Amino acid sequence: MSSDVMAIQSADAAGRSWTEVLHEWVTTVDHKRLGVLYILYALFFLVIGGIEATIIRIQLMRPHNDFVSPQVFNRMFTMHGTTMIFFVAMPILFGFANYLVPLMIGARDMAFPRLNAFSFWLTAFGGFLLYFSFLGGSGLYGAGNAPDVGWWAYAPLASRAFSPGHSSDYWTIALLASGFGSIATAINIIATIISMRCPGMTLGRMPLFAWLNLVMSGMVLLAISPLSAAQIMLLVDRYLGGHFFDTQAGGSATLWMHFFWIFGHPEVYVLIIPCFAFASEIIPVFSRKPIFGYPVMVGATVCIAFVSMSVWAHHMFTIGMNSYANSFFAITTMAVGVPTGIKIFNWLGTMWGGKIQFKTPMLFCIGFLFQFLIAGLTGIMLSAAPFNWQLSGSYFVVAHFHYVIVGGILFALFGAFYYWYPKITGRMLSETLGKLHFWLFLIGFHLTFDLMHIPGVLGMPRRIYTYEPGRGWDTLNYLVTIGAFVQSIATLVFVANLIVSYFKGKKAGNDPWDAWTLEWSVSSPPPPAYNFASIPTVASRRPLWDLKHPEDPDSRYE
Amino acid sequence: MRIVETMQKADWPTIISRVVGVALLFAGVLLAAGLCTATPQDNSVPSIFDSHSTPADSIRHLSFFVLGVTGLIFLVVFSLLSYVVVKFRSRAADTVREPAQVYGSTQIELAWTIIPVLIVVVLFLATARVIHAIQDAPKPAEAVEVTAIGHQFWWEFRYPGLGVVTANELHVPVSDSSHPTPTFLRLLSADTDHSFWIPQLAGKTDLIPNRVNETWLDPHETGLFLGQCAQYCGTQHAKMLLRVYADGPEDFKVWIRGQQHPANQDEREAAGRRVFETTACLNCHAVGGTNGTGRFGPDLTHLMSRHTLASGAAENTPENLRLWIENPDAIKPGSLMPAMKLSDADLDALVRYLETLR
Repeated sequence: MSSDVMAIQSADAAGRSWTEVLHEWVTTVDHKRLGVLYILYALFFLVIGGIEATIIRIQLMRPHNDFVSPQVFNRMFTMHGTTMIFFVAMPILFGFANYLVPLMIGARDMAFPRLNAFSFWLTAFGGFLLYFSFLGGSGLYGAGNAPDVGWWAYAPLASRAFSPGHSSDYWTIALLASGFGSIATAINIIATIISMRCPGMTLGRMPLFAWLNLVMSGMVLLAISPLSAAQIMLLVDRYLGGHFFDTQAGGSATLWMHFFWIFGHPEVYVLIIPCFAFASEIIPVFSRKPIFGYPVMVGATVCIAFVSMSVWAHHMFTIGMNSYANSFFAITTMAVGVPTGIKIFNWLGTMWGGKIQFKTPMLFCIGFLFQFLIAGLTGIMLSAAPFNWQLSGSYFVVAHFHYVIVGGILFALFGAFYYWYPKITGRMLSETLGKLHFWLFLIGFHLTFDLMHIPGVLGMPRRIYTYEPGRGWDTLNYLVTIGAFVQSIATLVFVANLIVSYFKGKKAGNDPWDAWTLEWSVSSPPPPAYNFASIPTVASRRPLWDLKHPEDPDSRYE
Repeated sequence: MRIVETMQKADWPTIISRVVGVALLFAGVLLAAGLCTATPQDNSVPSIFDSHSTPADSIRHLSFFVLGVTGLIFLVVFSLLSYVVVKFRSRAADTVREPAQVYGSTQIELAWTIIPVLIVVVLFLATARVIHAIQDAPKPAEAVEVTAIGHQFWWEFRYPGLGVVTANELHVPVSDSSHPTPTFLRLLSADTDHSFWIPQLAGKTDLIPNRVNETWLDPHETGLFLGQCAQYCGTQHAKMLLRVYADGPEDFKVWIRGQQHPANQDEREAAGRRVFETTACLNCHAVGGTNGTGRFGPDLTHLMSRHTLASGAAENTPENLRLWIENPDAIKPGSLMPAMKLSDADLDALVRYLETLR
């Protein structure tokens, strides 16, 4: 198949002025360039969100510390959460989906390239608007600055009475804008996968990556819509005299919670399912075996998507729901553990009997498996409603969801970077720096987030800018902060690797990992604008395996 | 096409560090539990595993069960993963052939679906039982009733049957299992969401405006139990601390009687009282027997019976009281108490007056 691909070089960038290059990138509708834009944009915000996390951790290093004021601290955790979820995790995953889905299904672009560009710029606008609040948030009242209502913006804290000025408005409108961007991207991914697969690629032969992104996109539609609706209601409350969440006029604080968490919980799966997708591509290649139980993996993902739509109120076990509601949300939450467990077992089955190669992408995926296992088990603890009454709102929960987001999502993402960077840039990331990055990050991660569970068990609530000495929290918080610094250093190693390898990295060639999906059949980076000189035809889930093993093709067994 | 077989050495450090890193978490949780059960008299560490009240006890028992089950799952899956990573690593002596290509197995899939389903059923039944036992517990006739109202950033406690109003430091009677006198709290909020959490006595329950929630606790032994607001409520969420004093039956009666008394009227401090009654103090604060009936701030009728000021942010000493009135931001920046801008003479008189409110 690679012989089908003519290597057509793009016009040499060196010959053009930087304004022409910039113009090309700003006006691009190419899914690969938009994917790269998403990823770079998210990396930029990753650094900003990381700086905010560092400020939080320095403040909490000692009891009664006064590194920052309570007002600044509250802005920091609000901005850290909002940034990391909406302007790092979502765009970076959309970036990978944008770049890889068309390549993996043998398409030349997304279904709606212009809508794709529109989505990206809307999301980008949202992020910049949120950060403009540092300058413009005071508004006419001189009150506020960046939003400080927490990333849930619980009612009535975000109402005009308790959040004067415009800081909450920046939060609302930024999320509304990026939310529309996300909905458009989801529609685009669904349309692309449904209608643009190459000949022979039935749904049952699609790479799991495409399947999982299809499910994720469906969830985005269901999850972001109520969030956007709630944002509009909040704006109506704040500016048009509405009383949806205005408790002083009889509105309901719990209504906002329901809206927020019916977005918020599926959102967790919106973020983790694409990471399952990375793992489902990387683990087989480095185990040298096909994914174990492909149909079960697809079924389990769809099952997670359905069940996770009915678990949102487990974020609200402490709001005084009656015992029947609490029991219902306890069992639905525990039930999500079953398909999730099935996925872990299937990855295990994939590695079983394989020949595992410990390249950097695989190291990160193995880290992902171990850490996601623990995150899932602390999730089970939190699903037991009475246990949750103790743990919810404490540092245990903070440790739990960072285990999911950093230990799970970020580790899988790093794996994805090491795996697909050669495809995107044409050069390999340095294995030496990669291993250093992995080990440093692993140590920092465990130092921070393993220990962070304990202050929660000892009664330390989240979102406090300082704490009393003598409650058994001091040493733990000190160590947690040290871990955060180790993670920061590891992240710098990663960024250095991205930059250095772009110029000095080993040439990758089309297929550096001896992999099996269609993106590895084209040049690295893939031909701009059209991807495939002639649209490929596939006969199995691993078209490149078939090509490399004509004597024993997959199509014989599927 | 050629098949590349990578020659890779065993990555032992991966495995070892994984074992160490992950064992840390569970060791840590157990350590925390051990630490706190070792010294039952000292309640300075509000550990959820050092419980002293029926709801917290039932939660602790459930949590040990859940920890046991999840710990077991962890051990099994962790061992499997470690085994796979070690056993099936690619070896230098490998031939260049790819391993056998296996696509799946229905029997195995069924096994690892059904076993987790059974575990979920067991966990759910255990959970539902405790939910019911705590939430649907009947209220005995001897129960003490308290209304707790969350404010930015302090706690108001009212004992409707007893005519007592206090703030930030809740007094409850010890509850004897032969003669239970639990305390049932109605939880309200005056402004934003808050959460009532005393880890050693009960799980947390939110205080939400326009909504009445309930919780209960029945400390088995006397002592001071610490907690704090557990739902982000604004700038000073961190210093919305909470103290619960579990008193013996006699001490509780004495405390109630003391609180029921009208405010001390010491004529020697009339000047300070005049300051209180003629400045903005009385917009927010009440002192029984004066014309101050404000409810935005804590009731000061028996201010001196409390150990702390500013919802636990500072010890209740004359110096701290003076500082708190003069410049609240020095103790609790962002609290809603304004700096009163009194003259030194007025400030001294006022502090002396407040000192008499025992």
